[in-house]
Amino acid sequence: MSALVATAALSVGYGAGRPALADVTFDLRAGERIAVLGPNGGGKTTLFRALLGELRPSSGALALDGRCASVPQTERSRLDFPVSALDVVLMGTLPARAWWRRPRRADRADARAALARVGLADRAERTYGELSGGQRQRVLIARALVQDARTLLLDEPFTGLDAASAARLEALLAELAGEGRGVLIATHDLEQARRWDRVLCVNGRQVAFGEPAATLTHEVLAATYGGAIVTLPGEDPAAPHHAILPPHHHHHDHAH
Amino acid sequence: MLHALADPFSQALMQRALAEVLLLAVVGGTLGCWVVLGGLSYGAESLAHGMFPGLVLAALAGVPLLLGGAAGILVAALAIALAGQAGVGRVGRDDAVAVAVTTLFGLGALLALSPRAPVGIQGLLFGDVLSTSGADLLAGGALVAVVLLALRLAHWRLLAVGFDRDGARALGLRSPALDALLLGLVALAVLVAVQGLGNLLVVAVLVAPAAAARLLTDRLAPMMAVAVAVGAAAGIGGLYLSYYVRIAAGASIAGLLVAAYLLARATSSIRKGSAAPAH
Repeated sequence: MSALVATAALSVGYGAGRPALADVTFDLRAGERIAVLGPNGGGKTTLFRALLGELRPSSGALALDGRCASVPQTERSRLDFPVSALDVVLMGTLPARAWWRRPRRADRADARAALARVGLADRAERTYGELSGGQRQRVLIARALVQDARTLLLDEPFTGLDAASAARLEALLAELAGEGRGVLIATHDLEQARRWDRVLCVNGRQVAFGEPAATLTHEVLAATYGGAIVTLPGEDPAAPHHAILPPHHHHHDHAH
Repeated sequence: MLHALADPFSQALMQRALAEVLLLAVVGGTLGCWVVLGGLSYGAESLAHGMFPGLVLAALAGVPLLLGGAAGILVAALAIALAGQAGVGRVGRDDAVAVAVTTLFGLGALLALSPRAPVGIQGLLFGDVLSTSGADLLAGGALVAVVLLALRLAHWRLLAVGFDRDGARALGLRSPALDALLLGLVALAVLVAVQGLGNLLVVAVLVAPAAAARLLTDRLAPMMAVAVAVGAAAGIGGLYLSYYVRIAAGASIAGLLVAAYLLARATSSIRKGSAAPAH
């Protein structure tokens, strides 16, 4: 099976100096969900920006099969902006159009189909800022789907969602992977990461990559999170729970 | 009654003033929505005040105000950009910009108050919409055409960048180019509108109608329509006030724009108050 994303010793940085992320060698296959774990500023955003073509690799190789589309955190968008859910999805049709052209009937049909795909057909005309956090996240996924992207890059999509919304989003990601898309998910949630296909741990460089059970060892987690990790006493001493400190998430983690 | 409504506009002077306020209402209402949504009100005001010495020098030298204004706006933009750069560290960007703009404005006032200054220079500060010339209307019409065309072409890109900058960048949109487009249009609008409304009041027409409309609407197209209507109503109302009550037209228009904003605020808080129990 061919990979949607494949990198070899990829290094990416911002201008001269040490790269923000170095030595990344991983691949994402169609139908796979890969968790990207790492501390804030550890290079998760940098990796996504390289895959989106915003940053050029300073060394190494990066090969893409099909377009990558980004699903940013919903709180980075303006909730007070006068746009409908449909308007937001239509923004995803911009790259495929000449700059002076307005959305055509076909673009609107595509946008509505993408909203239906994420279960929000009946919310198309609602104001984006008035939707729930989970619905907003799904609107942004629809915006990525309308770009005809084979690979989706999600930045901490579960942050701030209640249990029901999180379960619904988790099911949607499983469906999208089932359709043959590749899904990369930046997350802080280890339990979630264990349920997906593979994990990529980064902390300025690649720490580990592989299947969760074999990869998420105490040593790897300590190297990923720089020692800010504690082992919680579990009922089964053979399978201790790991927790990451500090527990609060910075919502604006620009990797520099 | 009908006579009283039609009477003011029997004079050519008032007809030209009416055409000018309607043109400015269209520019202020459409471009103003992007000014308000983009948080550019302070920038627009800085440009308007910073260009003052250019206007005064043009009046003193007897060259067309449009020319002096254009030079003044370029100098102001440069000063604001430099102040914005310099204002890192202990002095905030806004503070540095405020110092630069006040300096320019003070320089303009110094020149305007000199004994050599021609009479009527206060028109630069407060405008004189009643002295709108045919050339002013031509400039106003051209401004409307440029602004409407640019906003229509860039609509979706401006929307995407305004909505979320990072997401727009991931879509391959160039936010700095769109920012520059918006600021360029604002500079152009200030330059043309300053003739009619004056240096101090020009910002009112760019900000107040859109701010009022934002409170009453939740989509961009209706917001622009309401903003244009508010601007037009305040413009026409201001002309009546100046005709019948004999107060300055520019000040009347600005006063009515502020009144419209306050009315919109009251309306929207009443609506919110009555809608709240239903949720």
